[in-house]
Amino acid sequence: MKMTAIKVDNGVNVEALLGAREALTAAPEAAAFKWRATCSWINGTHSRSTVQKFYGLGAEQSHKTEFKYDADHPAIFASEDNGSTPVEYVLVALASCLTAGIAAVAQNRKIQLRSVKATLEAGMDLQGILGIDSDVRNGFDGIKVVFEIDADATKDDIAALVAQSQRRSAVFDIVTNPTNVSVEIR
Amino acid sequence: MIDRRARGYPAAGTVDVVVIGAGHSGLAMSARLSGHSIDHVVLERGEIANSWRHERWDSLRLLTPNWQSRLPGYRYAGADPDGFMTMPEVIDFIEGYARAAAAPVRTGTTVVSVRSVDGGFRVVTQRGQWRCRAVVLASGAHHVPHIPACAAALPKSLRTLSSKDYRNPHDLDDRGVLIVGASATGLQLADEIHASGREVTLAVGEHIRMPRVYRGLDIQRWMDSVGILDQRYDTVDDIVRARRVPSPQLIGSPERATLDLNTLTERGVEIVGRLVGVNDGVAQFSGSLRNHCAMADLKLTRLLDTIDGWVARGRNYGAVAAPERFAATRVDEKPRLSLDLNKQRIGTVIWATGFRPDYSWLQVPPALDRKGHLLHEGGVAGVRGLYALGLPFMRRRKSSFIHGAEDDVRELGEHLSAYLFGFSQASSSRRA
Repeated sequence: MKMTAIKVDNGVNVEALLGAREALTAAPEAAAFKWRATCSWINGTHSRSTVQKFYGLGAEQSHKTEFKYDADHPAIFASEDNGSTPVEYVLVALASCLTAGIAAVAQNRKIQLRSVKATLEAGMDLQGILGIDSDVRNGFDGIKVVFEIDADATKDDIAALVAQSQRRSAVFDIVTNPTNVSVEIR
Repeated sequence: MIDRRARGYPAAGTVDVVVIGAGHSGLAMSARLSGHSIDHVVLERGEIANSWRHERWDSLRLLTPNWQSRLPGYRYAGADPDGFMTMPEVIDFIEGYARAAAAPVRTGTTVVSVRSVDGGFRVVTQRGQWRCRAVVLASGAHHVPHIPACAAALPKSLRTLSSKDYRNPHDLDDRGVLIVGASATGLQLADEIHASGREVTLAVGEHIRMPRVYRGLDIQRWMDSVGILDQRYDTVDDIVRARRVPSPQLIGSPERATLDLNTLTERGVEIVGRLVGVNDGVAQFSGSLRNHCAMADLKLTRLLDTIDGWVARGRNYGAVAAPERFAATRVDEKPRLSLDLNKQRIGTVIWATGFRPDYSWLQVPPALDRKGHLLHEGGVAGVRGLYALGLPFMRRRKSSFIHGAEDDVRELGEHLSAYLFGFSQASSSRRA
């Protein structure tokens, strides 16, 4: 069968990703990564976090620059609103992880994306963090993600793309499954 | 080198081939070896068809219809080709085959170790040791239940059992039951135990959804006709992933009923996400249930599209019913994320989480990967003279099915004959 080659380019280097998968299958110790962040209190509920160094492929690694994130709370919390709230960062992390996954999976499946937009909403009952009702949890009572995707693919192919991106997403896993957290003081 | 583990075991004999396991695939290989006058023995830890006798629940029937129960030169000859065999019927079927093939089976003979020795292998059993030039591993892939690590944190007051140990609901106390795993086993046990009046919670991870009957024909008939079951291991993109795909949600029943998550929800079974942790007596479930169900629904649609496309191309049976699509799996707006096992009166946890092979007795190091899985290319192990049979998607998607043995045994039998023949040629020419 003669196929017209249509170049699909979502800006994802799938060959490099597949090469990495192969290399890390052969050398599992190189697959052990450590992600890091630091956070300093500024004033009130305002803090600034930075991200630059991480560990992986058996060596210390670095982003090309240091990234800074201000977190705070809005005025209705009697705060100065110097940045988004920490829980909004969780939504940012989930959305960006799923979106990156969609681009990678689409590239691998030869689906050209034209636009991908995610809108997220998470419910939270403040009676939890304020200690009003012990039956209410501190965190979200659920997260709703709505994707609007324009791509050269059928509705079912797009649904499969979004499903696979969830299946392979680190943040989706972190949010949906328990993680041990140890907090120490130095 | 002195093999310490072999010491104290008397010599039992020397054969060309030792087949380990007298289930359908080991017996099929035995029949082929006999047909080619190759000297061999079949070692069986228990009785013929041992797992079918001792490791299945009472109500289980085969998931494949009777017409599909066929082995080389032997097939179901009863009056109900579309029915599903009960376990006693499966045992009769396999025993009948062993008799017809006059298989040289040594029952009650557990293999303790297999080691490479000059020119072949030494197979040590509790009843003596065998020397052979080739070994066929036909003991299946379901040696030990795959139980998640969080099981260790379950309250000690709970009874836990694997699907190998479960027999019927009367075995259980009258408290609630948490069933972990949603393949055929998990769904069948959930349905049966719920029908016995007990509260059932079913923890669901990745799963394969399938209707029993589609367009008037059994789904196995479609998969057989379309060629899905014959798909070869060297034609799929990612065979490692394909071999890990869970078995489809099917039940063999006289009613040819479909059993899926929607059926169970309607009947009152509570569907929750994958079991991911146990903390202070509280079981925690993943928030990924919706995605797992969406993936299974999409995969089902792709399967039905494949079947419909095949029919549309004219290769059909004449009159088949019209295409249909099934309702999406219903998932609660907010499925339960945790279950207090004490407060909710859970008495039993049943692991329907699949099995993993145990090759600790296969002391042929290059044959196994770092996780203890057998390294093989379509059943031909990386060590010369070592073969496997009946593993999931070993050579074909049907490799682990009863009817999958025929093609695999023919091809691996040819490979094995060539190996033995080449070997004897070489050794006789050395002698000459």
